[in-house]
Amino acid sequence: MTTTVSKYETIIGLEVHVEMNTRSKIFCGCSAEFGAPPNTNVCPICLGHPGVLPVLNREVLDKAMKASLALNCTITKDSKFDRKNYFYPDSPDAYQISQYDKPIGQNGWIEIEVDGYTKRIGINRVHMEEDAGKSTHAEDGSSTLVDLNRAGVPLIEIVSEPDIRTPNEAKAYLEKLKAIMQYCEISDCKMEEGSLRCDANISLRPWGQEKFGTKRELKNMNSFNNVKKALEYEQAEQESMIESGVAIEQATLRWDDAASKTHVMRTKEDAHDYRYFPEPDLVELEIDDAWIESVRATIPELPAERKARYQQEFGLPSHDADVLTASKRVADFFEATVQTGVEAKSASNWIMGDFLGYLNANGLEIEEVPLQPGQLGAMIKMIDVGEISTKIAKEVFKEMLQSGKDPQAIVKEKGLVQISDEGELLKIVDDVIANNPKSVEDYKAGKEKALGALVGQAMKATKGKGNPGLLNKLFLDRLNA
Amino acid sequence: MSLLNDSIRNLHKKIQDREIKPSELVSASLERISATDEKVRAYLSVHGEVAMERAKQLDEIPADAGLLYGIPGAIKDNLNTKGLPTTCGSKILETYTSAYDATVVSKLNDAGVVSVGKTNMDEFAMGSTGENSGFFPTHNPWDLSRVPGGSSSGSAATVAAGQVLFSLGSDTGGSIRQPASFCGVVGLKPTYGLVSRFGLVAYASSFDQIGPFTQTVEDNAIVLQAIAGHDPLDSTSANLSVPDYLAALTGDIKGLRIGLPKEYFGEGMDAGVREQIEKAIQTLESLGAVVGEVTLPHTKYAVATYYLLAPAEASSNLARFDGVRYGLRVEGENLIDMYKRTRSEGFGEEVQTRIMLGTYALSSGYYDAYYLRAQKVRTLIKQDFDAVFENYDVILSPTAPTPAFALGSNVGDPVTMYLNDIYTIPVNLAGVPAISVPCGLTNGLPVGVQFIGKHFDESTLLRVAHAFEQAAGFSARASL
Amino acid sequence: MSITLQEVEHIAHLSRLALSDEQKAKMTETLGKILNFANELQELDVENVAPTTHSLPLKNVLRDDEPRTWLTQEEALSHAPQSENGHFKVPAVMEG
Repeated sequence: MTTTVSKYETIIGLEVHVEMNTRSKIFCGCSAEFGAPPNTNVCPICLGHPGVLPVLNREVLDKAMKASLALNCTITKDSKFDRKNYFYPDSPDAYQISQYDKPIGQNGWIEIEVDGYTKRIGINRVHMEEDAGKSTHAEDGSSTLVDLNRAGVPLIEIVSEPDIRTPNEAKAYLEKLKAIMQYCEISDCKMEEGSLRCDANISLRPWGQEKFGTKRELKNMNSFNNVKKALEYEQAEQESMIESGVAIEQATLRWDDAASKTHVMRTKEDAHDYRYFPEPDLVELEIDDAWIESVRATIPELPAERKARYQQEFGLPSHDADVLTASKRVADFFEATVQTGVEAKSASNWIMGDFLGYLNANGLEIEEVPLQPGQLGAMIKMIDVGEISTKIAKEVFKEMLQSGKDPQAIVKEKGLVQISDEGELLKIVDDVIANNPKSVEDYKAGKEKALGALVGQAMKATKGKGNPGLLNKLFLDRLNA
Repeated sequence: MSLLNDSIRNLHKKIQDREIKPSELVSASLERISATDEKVRAYLSVHGEVAMERAKQLDEIPADAGLLYGIPGAIKDNLNTKGLPTTCGSKILETYTSAYDATVVSKLNDAGVVSVGKTNMDEFAMGSTGENSGFFPTHNPWDLSRVPGGSSSGSAATVAAGQVLFSLGSDTGGSIRQPASFCGVVGLKPTYGLVSRFGLVAYASSFDQIGPFTQTVEDNAIVLQAIAGHDPLDSTSANLSVPDYLAALTGDIKGLRIGLPKEYFGEGMDAGVREQIEKAIQTLESLGAVVGEVTLPHTKYAVATYYLLAPAEASSNLARFDGVRYGLRVEGENLIDMYKRTRSEGFGEEVQTRIMLGTYALSSGYYDAYYLRAQKVRTLIKQDFDAVFENYDVILSPTAPTPAFALGSNVGDPVTMYLNDIYTIPVNLAGVPAISVPCGLTNGLPVGVQFIGKHFDESTLLRVAHAFEQAAGFSARASL
Repeated sequence: MSITLQEVEHIAHLSRLALSDEQKAKMTETLGKILNFANELQELDVENVAPTTHSLPLKNVLRDDEPRTWLTQEEALSHAPQSENGHFKVPAVMEG
């Protein structure tokens, strides 16, 4: 991809909705679990029946405070809830209980590493609100079906400052945010289940201009890659609009993944008037320092701290530490593997390479694979002591990922134990020398590379089970004799 | 009539002594309703069979039966009663049956009350005559050509007509006290937060309170005792222990300091009402109360403040009636069309006016000038009361500036209509409790005196109301 | 401040009410009268006055994160004007 320097600076701000993993909903006792049959996790309260009242779930408040603190926000001690009024069938009260002018967290930041530089992105606010239900529109456009299971599931909305300058930064920001939410056990952040959703505001301005251009809002991106793609598309779109003299108007656009383009959903004229006002059915919050500190104490080591520790404690390169700590579960797996007494770098190589590669290729989450850290540790030890070759190990590892069997068992079952018996290997070495006079000649003529070819032939003859170090030594002995 | 023309305490004794059975009481209540309700029209629905069945179950009287055991009562139709209709006097909920019981309804059930029906009301509690019912107006039992007051029109009328021993109403700007005054019964609006609002269909959430209508102050204290108290389902319910209200009815108000707000005794008060109120003041003085003039300087702003804040909350509270999950749906070409047709056909004119007013007060560009400013004036009004209560135990005023007016007479200017609530509205803005007690008749129509108390000081209110009631000896009843 | 017919139309749309021309005219007049009356609040100096949302100073009312079941799907849908396959059914949603 060639990059040309644009005349315009891109300004991006992201609004991320994260569904919290509480057991019950934010304002009623219905289960907040994903995937139940439609309209089974509902009650008069979340159905908006006449006369019902909301009561705030303590866990929601604690988790929202935890998220705010993990994002370096200041907690709003006199936070409160407001009603955001709009009619839509998946909003049972025809208002959403949200937070308007006193969000639970304000003025935070996170640090991202992208394209070789580190950058701080400001967090404008973190606020609590209730999720809406789910509408399914009939193909023929005749009707809409509404499932209110999700109505009232707790959300936090995390609004960034307009500090993001490239689609790559946007993606890195989302990955970091997701990692922090997972580390803090606030959400599983599964975009495909809607537990993490992202809207993006993007505008362009000539370099050096202070005033922001008119922004357009992008919706309906269902993966981090799509966020990046949509922003790239919109970046080009706005640039060409400016270049061709088309005035950009404030609008909300919908990303169409199949067509890889955006569609205008609504323009400023039909912008909503949400008529926010303080929610009279809920009382104000009064959060003291002791409460804040007790929540702060529950925040685990976050990705940035863990990364620094991996570099210091294990001497891992920055890239390794980054990849491993991007997911708490991967990082935990790595640490558990190292604790079995193997080299950190070996564990890192196996996890970053074969393990994550397998997960990505099969679209799996780490907990969906039966492999245990102890098993990986055992396998690395088998390599270290020469019991199996790295090549054989790759085969064994694949089997471990699928079956969850111990490496020793697989090696035994499949007869994959490395041949380190000198006598046995010497016979093969002699055969290979006898059958490959050309290579022998080349080696003697000073072509060192030919030795590799001979070892390769010997490995082939042992079906990969020959100890490559030992074979190398035996060839050298014979050829230099 | 005779069986029901008694106090709750006496009836309780008769039940305990096995002199009468709950089923006999309930049957008397249902008979009285069928004999008189064609004229009064206090009920939107009467649940005769359900009530009789329940009453018969209660005929086995346990030793620990409480004061309300077996007592027939009625519930305003904006309180949810599981499996029974709850219409709020609105076409939009004409077919709705409650999915659950309001907390007060559960509490009454637990106390052994037998609810005989749901009472008529101004639609969604918006109105002060009962004429805004989406179905039919209720008539004043004292004079069937007059209004019973509102919005708890049916709840006031049914007690006045001797159909039940008590009823529950709701009061947002005077909706218990004003009809109590018009119908010559006792009506109490408790402190905001004393009685759970869970299950009360919200009109204006920060003002609404549920309270009892009864013939006597003692009966009122008994019902209040049963419904008051903390409810974890209502975030705005105060977590306080409930005092023994009956114990407060000592009859002794010597030295009690009563404030008369000079702003309430100006123009606009009917001469007959003034006469009865002045008599009431003399009675209280004769009991040893100390009466003095006080000032509530922001009174003149109360009605305007209320008519911005309450409709604002209402515009949001009533948005859920959209034809999607329950209630009326009028089909349309698309969703928005369905919404608009449903709501326009389902809501009456006054409700639509208040929704519009509230939407306007909250809308972009007007929030600060209307809603926020009104919230600030609300603070000033609340401070007025705080200041008076530093030196006084209760405040006395008429409940309403006039006695009950003729049905159909109030069709002109909305502001003139709203100003009739001038004595009751400030109480809801401040969240303090108040009670209306009958104090006399003018031209054959009842007049109510209102006592306003400190936050959560219902005991003092009931004490003064009771002492006054005993001394004044008002015993007239509507004859039907 | 008074209210115009155009504002009445806008507010009616926000409120999801369909008013006839006659109703709009009457509503404009009625709301005008009430707002005119409400304008008396403008004469007060409220610069340094805090707004009151609740008359009671309650804080931090919270419940425990305990799930409970209440309604079945059938009960939830039993009040609905229209339902289909376990869902509430409404006319096609048009953006706006």
